[in-house]
Amino acid sequence: MAGTGQILIPLLTGLADAAGLFFVASGLTVIFGVTRVVNFAHGSLTMLGAYCGWSLISRLPPTPLGFALGALATMAILAVIGAGLEIGLLRRVYRAPELFQLLATFGVVLMAQDIVQWLWGVEDLALRRPPWLRAFVTLGGARFPRFDLVVIALFPLVFLLLWLLFTRTRWGRLVRAATEDREMVAALGVDQRLLFTSVFALGAALAGLGGVLMLPDASANLGMDLTTVTDAFVVVVVGGLGSLPGAALASLLIGLLQAFGIMLVPRATLALVFVVMAVVLVLRPNGLLGRPPGRDGGGGEARALVRPAPAVLRRFGLAVLVLAALAPLFLGPYALAVGTEMLIAMLFAASLHFMMGPGGMASFGHAAWFGIGAYASAFAVHLLAAPMPLGLLLAPLAAGATAALFGAFVVRLSGVYLAMLTLAFAQIVWAIAFQWVDLTGGDNGILGVWPARWAAGPRGFYWLALALAVAGTLGLRVILAAPFGHALRGARDSRRRAEAIGLPVTAIQLAAFALSGAQAGLAGGLYAYAKGSVFPTYISLGHSVDALLMVLLGGVATMSGPIVGALAYTGLYDVLLSATSLWRLVLGAAIIVLVLAAPEGIAGGALKLWQRVRPA
Amino acid sequence: MNKTSLSRRALLAAGTAALAAPRLARADTSAPIRIGEINSYSAIPAFTLPYRNGWQLALEHVNAAGGVRGRTLEVISRDDAGKPQDAVRLAGELLESDKVDLLAGGFLSNVGLALSDFSAQKQVIYIAGEPLTDALVWQKGQKFCFRLRPSTYVQAAILVEEAAKLPAKRWVSVAPNYEYGQSAVKWFSELLKARRPDVEFVAAQWPALGHIDAGAVAEALASAKPDAIYNVTFGPDLTNFVRQGNTRGLFEGRSVVSLLTGEPEYLDPLGDETPPGWIVTGYPWASLDTPAHVAFRDAYQKKFNDYPRMGSVVGYSLIQAIAAGLSRAGGMTPDQLAGGFAGAAFETPFGQALFRPLDHQSTLGTFLGKTALRDGKGVMVDWRYVDGAAVMPPDAEVRKLRPGAG
Repeated sequence: MAGTGQILIPLLTGLADAAGLFFVASGLTVIFGVTRVVNFAHGSLTMLGAYCGWSLISRLPPTPLGFALGALATMAILAVIGAGLEIGLLRRVYRAPELFQLLATFGVVLMAQDIVQWLWGVEDLALRRPPWLRAFVTLGGARFPRFDLVVIALFPLVFLLLWLLFTRTRWGRLVRAATEDREMVAALGVDQRLLFTSVFALGAALAGLGGVLMLPDASANLGMDLTTVTDAFVVVVVGGLGSLPGAALASLLIGLLQAFGIMLVPRATLALVFVVMAVVLVLRPNGLLGRPPGRDGGGGEARALVRPAPAVLRRFGLAVLVLAALAPLFLGPYALAVGTEMLIAMLFAASLHFMMGPGGMASFGHAAWFGIGAYASAFAVHLLAAPMPLGLLLAPLAAGATAALFGAFVVRLSGVYLAMLTLAFAQIVWAIAFQWVDLTGGDNGILGVWPARWAAGPRGFYWLALALAVAGTLGLRVILAAPFGHALRGARDSRRRAEAIGLPVTAIQLAAFALSGAQAGLAGGLYAYAKGSVFPTYISLGHSVDALLMVLLGGVATMSGPIVGALAYTGLYDVLLSATSLWRLVLGAAIIVLVLAAPEGIAGGALKLWQRVRPA
Repeated sequence: MNKTSLSRRALLAAGTAALAAPRLARADTSAPIRIGEINSYSAIPAFTLPYRNGWQLALEHVNAAGGVRGRTLEVISRDDAGKPQDAVRLAGELLESDKVDLLAGGFLSNVGLALSDFSAQKQVIYIAGEPLTDALVWQKGQKFCFRLRPSTYVQAAILVEEAAKLPAKRWVSVAPNYEYGQSAVKWFSELLKARRPDVEFVAAQWPALGHIDAGAVAEALASAKPDAIYNVTFGPDLTNFVRQGNTRGLFEGRSVVSLLTGEPEYLDPLGDETPPGWIVTGYPWASLDTPAHVAFRDAYQKKFNDYPRMGSVVGYSLIQAIAAGLSRAGGMTPDQLAGGFAGAAFETPFGQALFRPLDHQSTLGTFLGKTALRDGKGVMVDWRYVDGAAVMPPDAEVRKLRPGAG
């Protein structure tokens, strides 16, 4: 019977993994389906669930009943936290531009990290397992944890309960109606606010359940928020956004592939789920069971035309530029190094804004192009012994060429699917950089990428960065003002109308994608020489999120948004990191305050103020 | 934090700061010697917070004893958020705005390497505390960088001492999928095979760091029918792996050799599930009763009302090592300092160690022992101290491994 055990045990292991994925992902997909909020804080809710569950269950009798009571109480606590989050924060930013809520939830992620550490301390908290949690069953000669069988049994049970809730109750009907067409439900007089709050509470409770059920096999620890949220996003997107059966199917697919995958290809652990997601999205652009968006961008809300900057702003910009050019005459080397980093961040943010704002293609993986540029420069130095100008030329070329190749798949998609496909690609690039130690040095990176002697001093390199970053950023603005830019915005606002007047929409979007990638690559190349080294962290999800934060913080709808956002975010981050050990708490709070005060971003808010003072 | 005034002063002093080497400008002999310390405080708090306690305690001790050459030591500490690019920027700030005399710290290997590269470029001393990668003192070793903790090679070599005595022939390994895990497995299998040609490695698992699929990993390892398991996972991954392994009976009737698992940071979360009899490297803080360690442990418990972790020992020894190197140096120029640190002997809670002039690696060792369960907690028993110098490769080989000598 050894043969049965060899298939059965991995199968059950995969099912247990799938169940764990489903509990977290189901909450995320329900929240997204109704509120359209990309809830980056869902992993933080899971982490809170694990910690709350640990505190409660450790104090309850070590019986199955005690565990169940602890789990239910945790779900109730999380539901309250979720409702509080919705009422206190997200409700206020629903009207903001798409994805702006992501910024708010990211602020929550940062704050939650410091709060959980403050409440529960830094050590991993493992739940003491009474004998019933350690028990196992013997199947085909091999042992399998009995608790994991319970988890597997809960999978269809939770799914069934949710399905009944959504199909058999009035509340469920309203939620489904809101998923289909929010405005129509509102027009029919349904109290949306209550609906959204309750959906958020349900989603948070499910995240809490996911966290509690991780306890017997693992521990509550401070790193689990980010690892869970990426997995949950993959499941939700693979399944189809807002689709509960899709999330269940995707959980099964990914759980089983993981369990069998690591037996066949043990080294594939880093990239496996993202490869799965990329393949699914290429084959099915709306996920396994997702439906195409109801309104095909047919005539979305009309957005303000982008006009050339008013004379005052131009003069102001010119003055800032002159000041920036003269800075090396009165700033020290450290201030110049910070300035160089800010300039590079500006170019990086501008490149993302180009495809995200006017292009309408948000990216969760923009660091891929930055990283490819950085590695291209590093390879130029180490493999080709190339001089710096060649290294800096190769960076945008390599990034742009890769972006053009990969973009062919990306531009067929839209919205969050598009963003997630870019994330998948970025994670695969990251895994290659991380894992291919012989070529890239793995996480130890490539050192000794120092600039040519003529630009080695902090002043020289600052001026070089200033020239290239300003040229790159202004170049993107010029392109946006040109007919190509108008065509790009036309394609964003109404694909069908743009096609009807003969615009090659796909080609335009692909060109914008490649151009954006090339500029990010240039930023990466500059960064490599500025730091003298290249690491996989340049490609990490965190770095992609940085770019997204800069653009959203500045204001996606304004031309100067990315510039303002890059300067504000890097400035804030640099100052806080040096100034306080609670920098995540303060930075998160600052982001949330900004989100609430200026839902159009900093530059958007400034523009509004300006228009109020002097109507156009 | 006197952040604003410092940066303002930096702005005012900017013109001259670019030209004069700031470390030489302060010839004032009564001013404190400044150490710029960088570590991943927010990213890896479980290690770095006890580590911070450790260096704060040592700083107190050194300054109470009159400092170094009549000057007190001062530490200016920064959080790199776990990112090498931030560590490099902060190093620049510490050097230019805070005018530190030398750099120290680091937990992650990539942060250590980035800081070492920076220190070579700027000609400033960098004393690495925790980063384990061999590259730091070998392939990328350079004149101004010294490292305190035993490297991945040393840790693996110490384990091989005991692993070679086991009858086991079929081995499997499980290690996090990055440079540390890869070299830990590479050295272990190479050194073990050199001692025991009859040994073979029949399977390897490479879970993503912090993201282990423990049930599947345990299953895959068991299906290879090994006699022994070599584990490199740590932290949350280890807890997860041990629980699945215990329930599924993976460790029963098998020897397990495990890197760093005896350190309280990683052993304590295992609690009453600590598998007994694992051969581990670590730090038996409760049963180590040498006078040096008892004094350290008492002082630590008195000050922080907590027991010391491995990080505490690293932080404490780091400051002691810096004090020893500084007092041995003829002056404060980078070359004089490098000369002072090469060969400097210093006291640690584990006993005396020194920075080898050969490769700037300290001879600080680690404890080799077995895990056991006492009162529902994991402890290390049957341990012995293995000095780092005892398991190093021959000098000629080290010179080959360290091409950028000096």
